[in-house]
Amino acid sequence: MAARSSNAPLLEVRNLRVEFPTRRGTLLAVDDVSFDIAPGEVLGVVGESGAGKSLTGNAIIGLLEPPGRIASGEIRLEGRRIDNLPYEEMRKIRGARIGAIFQDPLTSLNPLYSVGRQLVETIQTHRPMSAAEAGKRAIDLLKEVGIPGAEQRIDHYPHQFSGGMRQRVVIALALCAGPRLIVADEPTTALDVSIQAQIISLLKRLCRDHGTAVMLVTHDMGVIAETADRVAVMYAGRVAEIGPVHNVIKHANHPYTRGLMGSIPSLGHRAERLTQIDGSMPRLTEIPKGCAFNPRCTERGQRCMVERPDLIPAGLGWAACWLHDAKGVGAAVPKELADA
Amino acid sequence: MPDGATKPFVRIEGLKRYFDVSAPWLVRKLEGRPRQVVQAVDGIDIEIAQGETFSLVGESGCGKSTVARLVVGLYPPTAGRIEFDGQDMGARRVQSESMALRRRLQMIFQDPYASLNPRWRVFDIIAEPIRAFGLSTDKADLEKQVADLLRQVRLTPADGRKYPHEFSGGQRQRISIARALASRPEFLVCDEPTSALDVSVQAQILNLMMDLQRRFRLTYLFISHNLAVVYHISTRVGVMYLGRLVEQAPTDTLFKRPKHPYTRMLLDTIPDLEMTGRQRTPVGGEVPSPIDPPSGCSFHPRCPFANERCKAERPQALPIEGGTVACHAIEEARLPIEERSYAGAP
Repeated sequence: MAARSSNAPLLEVRNLRVEFPTRRGTLLAVDDVSFDIAPGEVLGVVGESGAGKSLTGNAIIGLLEPPGRIASGEIRLEGRRIDNLPYEEMRKIRGARIGAIFQDPLTSLNPLYSVGRQLVETIQTHRPMSAAEAGKRAIDLLKEVGIPGAEQRIDHYPHQFSGGMRQRVVIALALCAGPRLIVADEPTTALDVSIQAQIISLLKRLCRDHGTAVMLVTHDMGVIAETADRVAVMYAGRVAEIGPVHNVIKHANHPYTRGLMGSIPSLGHRAERLTQIDGSMPRLTEIPKGCAFNPRCTERGQRCMVERPDLIPAGLGWAACWLHDAKGVGAAVPKELADA
Repeated sequence: MPDGATKPFVRIEGLKRYFDVSAPWLVRKLEGRPRQVVQAVDGIDIEIAQGETFSLVGESGCGKSTVARLVVGLYPPTAGRIEFDGQDMGARRVQSESMALRRRLQMIFQDPYASLNPRWRVFDIIAEPIRAFGLSTDKADLEKQVADLLRQVRLTPADGRKYPHEFSGGQRQRISIARALASRPEFLVCDEPTSALDVSVQAQILNLMMDLQRRFRLTYLFISHNLAVVYHISTRVGVMYLGRLVEQAPTDTLFKRPKHPYTRMLLDTIPDLEMTGRQRTPVGGEVPSPIDPPSGCSFHPRCPFANERCKAERPQALPIEGGTVACHAIEEARLPIEERSYAGAP
């Protein structure tokens, strides 16, 4: 049960579960998520707030905030298991093999150090280089991410940069050690559209030049549409649908994806009303039985209310929806499930 | 543009708002620093007809939220006047008259988490404008009005007993809308009402706002940075850049035949679902600081069509195709107006 890409995968996530122990019981925030990312591929992960997309990203880079923890499942990078590594081991991989870009460029930089010092520190942590060599590489990196006057700017502090320029610095930091995979969590959400376009095309260019794979976590379908090769749509902690980006956008196989696409206002045709999905995503404490989307779904059958679908091949991708099962949504429900 | 016969419902003339961001007096004297003034809104003229939706778009820092706050009177303007239904908002009047005027305009804020008092029950939040303007006769009437308002925004009267934290972002924005409607206003100023919401919830709120507009013949001033949302709900659109209105036009004209280079740039940079795998045209440069805006046309440092005149002379709003545009290149016909097509257009 995996949406495999053709080459040997760079990253394999298998049956990942992230849970939060709380006073009222354990909440399952990421529930049985599996996917692969091939070398050089851009996988978009979309979903609404609370769908578990950022937690999946954080689990991969080993930065889950306690009390959140990986309950089960495996994460493999280049065939090596990384989800159960001790903290120090993971620290070496993070930065060197996996880079991270976060939403807010101001909080991902230390305001007390010049950007040059932060870059040099990161380079020297992962590469055996003298300070002079590292400084030169830092300037090269700043040039590569398109910061004008890199030689002077390197001594500036984060507050002296604008939002877009800061995000460029963060990207330079993520690239310091030449990682194979970048986990970018909402990298353009805090930026204006014109700056967003600059950052997205920069990210695309860099990944193409270096052959870096990207896991792009965002709620912005437009950004996914122009950047990603494949896209995974998450809903209530599970992958609802995964497939090639064009297919997911144009010929969505999951009713949730269809609703989501319809609710995005688009230029070019103005309808009297936007398509809307009634209701909202369930809270983690109130995830319904069966398919988590069934109370909002217009196509549900009796099976959807009791039995939870796994990813089923649908079109060119996979969708967790009984509509794509041979027996359909109305199939008789196994007795033990109906009684439960 | 509203036709000559009908008077505009809301008229904004030469509206300016400057903010003094200078260092304290002593620091200025000791270090010889000058006063610094942010020209957040620098001369804006807008007319809005009754029942229409006028949207202001622009990037962060262009002054669009300041316009919203000026219109509802949260800031006094530095210069210019705002007329609402023929009455000057800045004129002195007795309290009962200004109360009567203010009842007719309300505001919906961007952040539904910050704009509701967490210690008040939803009932009291929605009842406050009714109480403040003395619009209910007795307790039973008040309860009925609040219940009606909750139903109008697709919540249930029972929700009135809850506190804001028990609701999701979309539901909170519905509460904000119910509160804004409580005083039976005619004009609503909406400052990015959906930008804190997820897309499926955004669609619900936009649909609700359009339903309410038809039902109560509301007039909206809608502030947003999202051009697709603006395209969807507006009658007219104004594009702001560094405190100035660079272009305004009826929605279809603005999107089909954009004139100002900045409008064209904004339209080029919208990510579109139709664009799978295609490259957006990235535009160089960023919005300059409004403390020290560029001379002449403030867009000239980023504009590919700028010449010497653009650097020296500030362009005036020029009437064109039912709207206005402030651009020398358009005025001199140096820049041809192109028709745009969108995938998915009929």
